[in-house]
Amino acid sequence: MPQFSQLPNIADLTVGDIVATAEYHLTRDSLVRYAGASGDFNPIHYRDDFAIAVGLPGVLAHGMLTMGLAVQCAVDWAGDPSSVVDYQVRFTRPVLVDAVTGADVTVSAKVGALDTEANVARIDLTVTYDEQTVLGKAQIRVSLASVAA
Amino acid sequence: MNPEIQGRVFAPTDPYLVGREKVREFARAVFATNPLNYDVDAARAAGHADVVAPPTFPIVIQERTLAQLLAEPDAGIDFTRVVHGDQRFTYTRPIVAGDELTATLTIASVKSLGGHSMVTAVSEMVDATGAHVVTATSTLVVRGDE
Repeated sequence: MPQFSQLPNIADLTVGDIVATAEYHLTRDSLVRYAGASGDFNPIHYRDDFAIAVGLPGVLAHGMLTMGLAVQCAVDWAGDPSSVVDYQVRFTRPVLVDAVTGADVTVSAKVGALDTEANVARIDLTVTYDEQTVLGKAQIRVSLASVAA
Repeated sequence: MNPEIQGRVFAPTDPYLVGREKVREFARAVFATNPLNYDVDAARAAGHADVVAPPTFPIVIQERTLAQLLAEPDAGIDFTRVVHGDQRFTYTRPIVAGDELTATLTIASVKSLGGHSMVTAVSEMVDATGAHVVTATSTLVVRGDE
């Protein structure tokens, strides 16, 4: 039987701890799937000719796809997606997704700050593609108070 | 673009009914692996009414408000010049399947920066009882003429 999610205990955390890491392999299929799920059908995310015509180097991942997947390792660490009470990013560099080889995105989630009074941990994400960070100020506020009433 | 739209509040969007399969579809698309996104029993055991939407799910509803902004006749925004600058989601409570959400867009600010314009669009989402669920904030950069 499923159990009540056991959230991490804030007392066990230290600023600077790496709580999760993940790697994602994006392909054009990933972009088409995200386009359908999100409703964002901008052709720069699936048509090379269109992307090049508007001055881009090629087809790019949706910024919101990168934002959406980057949070997942922290969600799994916390155990419950509803523990994410705030999530912000700045889109600093695009992720170019090659038609044949795709793109590899790596994520590292680190404790950025702890608010023991509110029982909230700030988790800072480092999201990298082609050895460069693609999101700036990627911060999650994770509530470690039990969700269930 | 037109700086006069700063402060403008748009009409609420039609209610969006959050479907269980839509939550699952979105979760798969963002590589979510948490069972609470997919498994109703697991979600209920954790205290939720139904499967829980991933943190970035409100973009699906926010898109409807951004479409209102781009369609606003006097806004003067050419969507082919729009680049997504920042994004934030701030929750009062999680979104679960079965929620009926209505979004209201406010243009919080319009700034000029070196020939470009930066628009901060705030979409407040409330449930069927009118209670706040999540606020989605986007900063859009509209590139100037080259």
